[in-house]
Amino acid sequence: MKKLIVIGAGMATGRALEHLFEADPDAYEVTLFNAEPRGNYNRIMLTPVLSGEKTYEEIVTHDAAWYESHGVTCRFGEKIAAVDRDRKVVVTEGGEELAYDKLLFGTGSNPFIIPMPGHDLDGVIAYRDLDDTNRMIDAGGAPGSKAVVIGGGLLGLEAAAGLRMRGMDVTVVHIMGHLMDRQLDEAAGYLLRKALVDRGINICCSANSKQILGEDGHVRALELADGTELPCSLLVMAVGIRPSVALGQASGLAVGKGIHVDDQMVTSDPDVLAVGECVEHNGAIFGLVAPLYDQAKVVAATLLDQEAVFTPKEVSTKLKVTGCDLFSAGDFAEGEGREDIVFRDPARGVYKRLVLENDRVIGAVMYGDTADGGWFHGLIKDGSDVSDMRDTLIFGPSFQGGAQMDPLQAVAALPPEAEICGCNGVCKGQIVTAIAGGAQDLGAVRAQTKASGSCGTCTGLVEQVLAVTLGDDFVIPAAQPICGCTDFTHEDVRLLIKTKELKSQPAVWQELGWKSPDGCHVCRPALNFYLLADWPLEYKDDLQSRFINERKHANIQKDGTFSVMPRMWGGITNPQELRAIADAADKYNVPTVKVTGGQRIDLLGVKSEDLPAIWADLNKAGMVSGHAYSKGLRTVKTCVGTDHCRFGTQDSTGLGIKLEKALWGSWTPHKVKLGVSGCPRNCAEATCKDVGVICVDSGYEVSVGGAAGMDLKETQPLAKAVTEQEAIDMTIAFVQLYRENAKYLDRPYKWIAKVGLDWVRDRVVADLEGRQGLIDRFAISQSVYQKDPWAEHIAERAEVYHPLANLTLEAAE
Amino acid sequence: MTQWIDIGPITAIPVRGARVIKTAQGCVAVFRTTKDEIFAVDDRCPHKGGPLSEGIVHGASVTCPLHNWVFDLATGMAKGADQGQIGTYPLRVEGGRMLLDVTYLAKKDAA
Ligand SMILES: Cc1cc2nc3c(=O)[nH]c(=O)nc-3n(C[C@H](O)[C@H](O)[C@H](O)COP(=O)(O)OP(=O)(O)OC[C@H]3O[C@@H](n4cnc5c(N)ncnc54)[C@H](O)[C@@H]3O)c2cc1C
Ligand code: SF4
Ligand code: FES
Repeated sequence: MKKLIVIGAGMATGRALEHLFEADPDAYEVTLFNAEPRGNYNRIMLTPVLSGEKTYEEIVTHDAAWYESHGVTCRFGEKIAAVDRDRKVVVTEGGEELAYDKLLFGTGSNPFIIPMPGHDLDGVIAYRDLDDTNRMIDAGGAPGSKAVVIGGGLLGLEAAAGLRMRGMDVTVVHIMGHLMDRQLDEAAGYLLRKALVDRGINICCSANSKQILGEDGHVRALELADGTELPCSLLVMAVGIRPSVALGQASGLAVGKGIHVDDQMVTSDPDVLAVGECVEHNGAIFGLVAPLYDQAKVVAATLLDQEAVFTPKEVSTKLKVTGCDLFSAGDFAEGEGREDIVFRDPARGVYKRLVLENDRVIGAVMYGDTADGGWFHGLIKDGSDVSDMRDTLIFGPSFQGGAQMDPLQAVAALPPEAEICGCNGVCKGQIVTAIAGGAQDLGAVRAQTKASGSCGTCTGLVEQVLAVTLGDDFVIPAAQPICGCTDFTHEDVRLLIKTKELKSQPAVWQELGWKSPDGCHVCRPALNFYLLADWPLEYKDDLQSRFINERKHANIQKDGTFSVMPRMWGGITNPQELRAIADAADKYNVPTVKVTGGQRIDLLGVKSEDLPAIWADLNKAGMVSGHAYSKGLRTVKTCVGTDHCRFGTQDSTGLGIKLEKALWGSWTPHKVKLGVSGCPRNCAEATCKDVGVICVDSGYEVSVGGAAGMDLKETQPLAKAVTEQEAIDMTIAFVQLYRENAKYLDRPYKWIAKVGLDWVRDRVVADLEGRQGLIDRFAISQSVYQKDPWAEHIAERAEVYHPLANLTLEAAE
Repeated sequence: MTQWIDIGPITAIPVRGARVIKTAQGCVAVFRTTKDEIFAVDDRCPHKGGPLSEGIVHGASVTCPLHNWVFDLATGMAKGADQGQIGTYPLRVEGGRMLLDVTYLAKKDAA
């Protein structure tokens, strides 16, 4: 067997080896070197790993078993230091020499680091591999930590969004006037900027970095040319990449910007090939995977002495930041003889622009609605004459030919050579062939053709091809249904409950075609909440659709016992209440009495059958349920405020009590916690609550969307209130808006991230009439739901807390 | 030989709910489904001992309240990817009253 040595286990060489083994598994004995201490993984997916949506294990493309089954000798964590082409050997860093018959360079790129003062400080990193990603994740761990990203291109924005999702305070510094200036025009760049700012990312465009400032060898801030200092503990440089050519150059290969290759991917040495970002082909270098995968096919063919030619194609770009729909392809610079067709819908935040030259589309930029991106990309690549459809071109394929086509027909009309998956260069014909060969679902098509297997943005298209090819046998799965009982998403169901006026669970199951007779433990609690939130007067709350904690109004513990917590309004209690709690703890043998983070007292370890009795005792002492178990208002934490504290500016305790009395008993999509502090010293830690109020001399600063659970989030300012009543009104309106719109189990910060803080502010702060409407609807709901569940259960349901029968005697016979 | 014991009216259990029977060998949970079917099974999840009677009942299944394993009430088998089984007990309804065969409990004791 001939010996093939591969330098670099990257996306390009990984794909090349796959093609090679597929065509002829016995042609080469392969040794694979990688400077990174790991094998091939999907580098594109580092962004979801950074944001926490995926784990590293999920993005590995070739595992140990794969290498073993193909007889690949893996030398991960070992760099090739030199190549002696005369003797046909490579030399490892450790000085070991290995002979090859063929050598493949796949060394990728090096991130470019601007050599400005301070670039070598600790905490200044690039964004290229898993180690960088892990460093960013670690940096995000410290609460309130700040990051600066230099570079507002694809990579910089993905890094910024990922860090933001990790809870960091992120600022992007971009030298050009608008973001992603290489892919977007100004208008689309503006929309993108707005969407990112809504997500809490700070953006500085037209900003030039001067130097990085440090302290004890660690980055402390970035200084801009205008003197501004942006404090940060992490600085990510994402300003570009350079093909990694040092080794190629030292080996005496012909090198320009990249290692020169011909159409067969052969370098200036006939026994040395190169593939991926390290190559230069006809003056062009490459930075996206689509062309690299084409190259990989050619490399495999060349290694097997088969004919193949690499021809570069137009590539398109998408941004992998959840919720930012963005597409760009081709050339959209202004120029002589070029014409623009522009479509804007500011209300929906949609923008589309096509650049035409000689009746052909040469560039397309779309923001907000990118469904037709693939079609435009096809027109660009094929150079189709579009003069006939100029008038309706911008509306996309469904408008060509008069009547509006549904998207499926549009896909049905695509020719077999239409490209569906840009990353992997898979066209419709290949997918149809795979389906004919037995691939009946997305997973199978992906396994056979690789379509939608990389960045995944074409998943919908692949599903549509499946649908048109298989007909009724294939049902397109909707985006993330609630659970297996339905194809609808949470958002769909909320909408349909309102528009179709569905007022009971059976009505929902019936009208929306539930697949199970009565739902399951995932959908029923959600439906129960949606219905009671929308129809408080008509819907009857269903205890059997509640998780045990809410059904029994106590928290279940790991041993099946429960915990009980009485309300202490605003954290205030008195000796009489404390005595009653102590007595109850004695009487019911409560093993643990705990003061909680929300300033309440928790009695842990109560037996289910004792619950009605302990509640009755606490009720008698004037206390009601603290709802410590509920997806509803939990606690309002307060500081002592003006009553005792020398710094207090307002009666924070009093306000906390008022808020708790107004909001208690309400059900919400997830738990809701509040905090009120009497001055910016913030002793009540109000800025990590769902709603936080900070009292100041001039009034009340209301902020929302904080959390201190699995994710740490600082609140974002909602508005300033002048009077106490205004602060209460805004809080109630905010909670009601959240109740009416959020997905079940989304905490407010998650919901705000989806709808944008501006949208919330418009409704809760700016629109006074709308605010009053929210408050009125909340009051109607409270007229039904603000009641003490303990008293209710003692009166009506006490027996279900006891065993149905005691057969200990019978069974003992 | 069977020995049926009256454990109460079916209405003592909420629809899509459960009640517990204490026995010397541990608790048995009695479930009532939407269709008024009644099932008696062990009240202990084989995973980490969760009280199944506190779970959410759907179809003829229950979801354990601690970590969401789902059990088929008729067969006692865990559904989905999880593996495990809970004991099931003969039970019948006569004139709206539930009757449990306690010989099974004795057998379990002997085993
Ligand atoms: C965070 C991120 C997101 C991206 N998102 C997208 C996207 O959405 N769409 C898209 O098309 N592209 C995207 N890209 C670009 C894409 O990942 C690259 O184009 C692609 O990975 C390049 O493949 P490659 O095989 O040429 O190089 P790499 O995948 O970089 O592999 C090169 C490997 O060679 C190793 N190596 C280098 N020198 C040596 C040596 N002397 N000895 C041994 N080993 C060596 C390196 O350690 C490295 O592991 C993204 C890139 C990043 C970093
Ligand atoms: S937040 Fe201000 S007013 Fe409240 S206790 Fe602390 S210092 Fe005093
Ligand atoms: S104890 Fe039942 S699922 Fe874990």
